[in-house]
Amino acid sequence: MESGSENTELSPEQSNTSSEQKQTPSLLVAALQREHAEWINEIVDAYGEVTIIVPRDNIAAVCTFLKTSADTRFDFLADVCGVDRGPEEEPRFEVNYHLFSTTKFHRLRLKVLLSEEDLHVPTVTTVWRTANWHERETYDLFGVVFDGHPDLRRILLPEDWQGHALRKDFPLRGYEPYSLK
Amino acid sequence: MSTATNIPAQFEIVDQPLDTQMTISMGPQHPSTHGVLRLELVLDGEMVVKTTPDIGYLHTGMEKLFEYKKYQQGIVITDRMDYLNPLGNNLAYVMAAEKLLGLEIPERAQTIRVLTCELQRIASHLVWLGTHALDIGAMTVFFYCFREREKIMNLIEAASGGRMTPSYFRIGGLMMDLPSGFERRVQQFLNDFPTSVDEFHKLLTGNRIFQKRTQNIGRISAEDAIDWGLSGPCLRGSGVNLDIRRANPYSSYEAYDFDVPTEADGDVWARYLVRMREMKESHKIVVQALSRLKPGPVKADAPKVVLPDREAMKTHMDALIHHFLIVAEGFDVPAGEVYHPIEASKGELGVYMRSDGGPKPSRVHFRGPSFVNLSALPHMAEGQMVADIVAVIGSLDIVLGEIDR
Repeated sequence: MESGSENTELSPEQSNTSSEQKQTPSLLVAALQREHAEWINEIVDAYGEVTIIVPRDNIAAVCTFLKTSADTRFDFLADVCGVDRGPEEEPRFEVNYHLFSTTKFHRLRLKVLLSEEDLHVPTVTTVWRTANWHERETYDLFGVVFDGHPDLRRILLPEDWQGHALRKDFPLRGYEPYSLK
Repeated sequence: MSTATNIPAQFEIVDQPLDTQMTISMGPQHPSTHGVLRLELVLDGEMVVKTTPDIGYLHTGMEKLFEYKKYQQGIVITDRMDYLNPLGNNLAYVMAAEKLLGLEIPERAQTIRVLTCELQRIASHLVWLGTHALDIGAMTVFFYCFREREKIMNLIEAASGGRMTPSYFRIGGLMMDLPSGFERRVQQFLNDFPTSVDEFHKLLTGNRIFQKRTQNIGRISAEDAIDWGLSGPCLRGSGVNLDIRRANPYSSYEAYDFDVPTEADGDVWARYLVRMREMKESHKIVVQALSRLKPGPVKADAPKVVLPDREAMKTHMDALIHHFLIVAEGFDVPAGEVYHPIEASKGELGVYMRSDGGPKPSRVHFRGPSFVNLSALPHMAEGQMVADIVAVIGSLDIVLGEIDR
């Protein structure tokens, strides 16, 4: 796809369509739900942002569909980030995928809910290569394992670090000296 | 002969056939890695076969720290992420919180935000230009760039009191209004700046050595750039016309008239040209922002979130109570989650903020453009000469403070 020339043509229309853009993701998601009801557990529309809660096993399929479908064209994975809701919550963990379209300029958030006993999600590195580092970061800081990831190592903390730093039960301060093993 | 036999076997010089590969470590103290980036390079002769970036040397757990600080205390942490573009970080953070709170920001505050952010973008690009040219071997440019940057730092200091860490924006507006005479000083800077950009062009753009070092180096196609999540000048250098200020306008950017420069080639040279032209566009925006400055309030009308004026605090009982409560207990933010992207000087800076309803966020995540742009380095560096890696890193304009957080 010649995205360069395509986008240059699209840019003057941006200001005219800005009012529609806010509508578009929710309409698209409604269409997606009619087509693949099993892909969507829940739709949340809040603060002008649309979130779909996706069953864990379907995440890669949903992402592939949203990326390639002519209506959605979510070709840009802006961000992946984990969330720990707290040790007493069930499901405890979330993984959020922030999608963006470089041609239609709309955004969408996909959310996968995970319980602490089974922290596995299929990787989306096969859909976008940029997911590689985002998933490594989420693994490093939350301990979420992305199945099928080509290089799932810690990224910010040392490789022999114990625990996952952004979990709510990980202390903010500590006095244990760090030593290389 | 006798001395040679005394050398231990591991130090003996052996002839290496040309087809062997060698792994070397570049950094973390290498000056051209712009901080503490370490690259593990697999070389075949002088050609790079594989690059593995190793980051985390500056990791200070900022995202963890946000969860233990009140919303207004988090602003100062954001200054320390991308320390060349602190106002951009401030803006992304406060706008995410404002989205959760549903605050309406007065027009003057929005205009001042645009004005200072664009000045900051020029300052950030000047540091990029100076260090990028220095990495390649042109030392003079560095001094010219820092001379101009100093003028912007003085302006930011006049407005906020801080040079590197301004923390100028507050949730609901600004820390305070601009000082008297600020407009005149900005005007003075604006009058001089186009001549300086022409000077940079004279020093570099027509320079044959600089061209040879940057053209056809570190190429990335438009499709690959999108797939790797590149944003900002790096993406526009591959011919993709995408600017968040246009795509998802924020802080009244839709009212400004500016071009989005793009270059089709996708190499170091193209990214250089995009940033050079962006400085002129930012200059254009600052001129417009200056003419749009109208007297008015710079803080939203939200007494439970925004600190009252000193005068009101000393004369009104309710203002005093609000001041005490905001400082001592903070303010509650409605439960929910938002992702707010802005166009920072390096690309899409997104803040994911999540509230459980209390005075402290339950999760703040920064999508740093440097982090994502650096992740594409192995793709761009493959098949390049080892000396060109330096040029490619420079063209990505990374700041390790934002990558490691």
